[in-house]
Amino acid sequence: MARPSNRRPGYSRRAQYGLFFGYVTAVSGAAVALLLLILSAVDPNGFGALKGAISDATLPITSAGRWAVDRSSDAGGTIGSYVNAAGQVRELQAEAKANQTRLIEARALAFENARLKRLLGITERGAKPVAVARLVSSTGSSIRRYAILNAGYLDGVRNGMPVRGPGGLVGRIASAGAVSARVALITDGGTIVPVRRVPDGTPAIATGTGDGLIDIRALGAENITFKRGDVFVTSGAGGVYPPNVPVAIIARTTRESFLALPVADPAALDFAIVEPPYQPQVEIQRRVLPPAPGQ
Amino acid sequence: MSRSLTYRGYQPVLSVKARAVPIVSTMAGSLVPALLPMIAQAPVVPPFGLMVLLAWRLLRPGFWAVWAPLPLGFFDDLISGQPVGSAMLCWTLAFLAIEASERSVLWRDYVQDWLVAAAAITACLLAGYFLALFAGGAAPILAIMPQILASTLLFPAVARLCARLDAWRLR
Repeated sequence: MARPSNRRPGYSRRAQYGLFFGYVTAVSGAAVALLLLILSAVDPNGFGALKGAISDATLPITSAGRWAVDRSSDAGGTIGSYVNAAGQVRELQAEAKANQTRLIEARALAFENARLKRLLGITERGAKPVAVARLVSSTGSSIRRYAILNAGYLDGVRNGMPVRGPGGLVGRIASAGAVSARVALITDGGTIVPVRRVPDGTPAIATGTGDGLIDIRALGAENITFKRGDVFVTSGAGGVYPPNVPVAIIARTTRESFLALPVADPAALDFAIVEPPYQPQVEIQRRVLPPAPGQ
Repeated sequence: MSRSLTYRGYQPVLSVKARAVPIVSTMAGSLVPALLPMIAQAPVVPPFGLMVLLAWRLLRPGFWAVWAPLPLGFFDDLISGQPVGSAMLCWTLAFLAIEASERSVLWRDYVQDWLVAAAAITACLLAGYFLALFAGGAAPILAIMPQILASTLLFPAVARLCARLDAWRLR
């Protein structure tokens, strides 16, 4: 098929002007886009209200989709657990027996810990969750890793609040709409979490790599190396993230970097808990204590 | 068919539906990655907004104004997680490049359209990758390769869908 010469306006002066102004608009619009880009590098949460409005509007669809996915995967799991039920019960009984001793030990340690804290005059302020909600969808076409949470400003969710799952840290609120919010996951390249290794407390910085992993970098001395299986928890340094929330486990080590998998797998996540930003006054005192064992 | 072969400035009066379908379908395409009920850990979903826009552009060269990608790209940026302005810029530049390429090409067929779309999608994804890096993201460049491949392979399906919608909107 021959191309129609659609952009040749002929002799009509009006059409020629129209075409010309079309090009002018396109080029000046591109310049504006460049400005917006520079602005969004400075302030990544710009246009938060508009972003929030769109994710609010699409929330019914995404929530329904998430519900359907949960139900269908539940059905698979339910059927699967009937198969080999006896074997599973035996396994679990053996495991429970093994865990009993450890549980008693852990209780003793918790008691000891509480006693020592009382001794030092530290009052534990348990953070009351702001909201408990679901992650319903994500930005699957970009290299930025954001997820949409189905709780927003009306539930008390504000920008910058840390989000954790039952297993570990998930991320922090990037922008909050009325009933939905955007969570920057810990695997996003723009998220930086101060962490420490358990049990020895070696400080490090965890940065997302944008492809499902977390890059762990040791702070301070150069010759610290981590090995596969090392577990990192938040250190609480600098505030925002409460301390002792599991973050990542080292999965791969290369010569210059240590790549870790997030402890909380957002894909398998049922609920996410939004907490108020952590304020580190208490943590300064706690540093004199050794990190709690068994975590 | 004769409706598409009109000169710019002499466009027939289109009904509201005929005007709205391409715009609404492009916006719906932008929404697709955000509506999928999964938490992606890598850029795995093709940029459907861009693909639908390109399909309409190649199907009906006279329909879009040259500046049409600006508002549509802005809408996509608000959803996609990319820094605001990245799709605005890349899509507009892609439109201008397609426009320029059409000055030299007399004949065009299906395979050529596909190649043009593949080139535009690849360029936009690569540019979007670097713009996201500039705005504070991080990812190895290999992370977007599956996405480029998938969108190139999926483009004919999107073009087919747009052709169906085209027949419906002009009915």
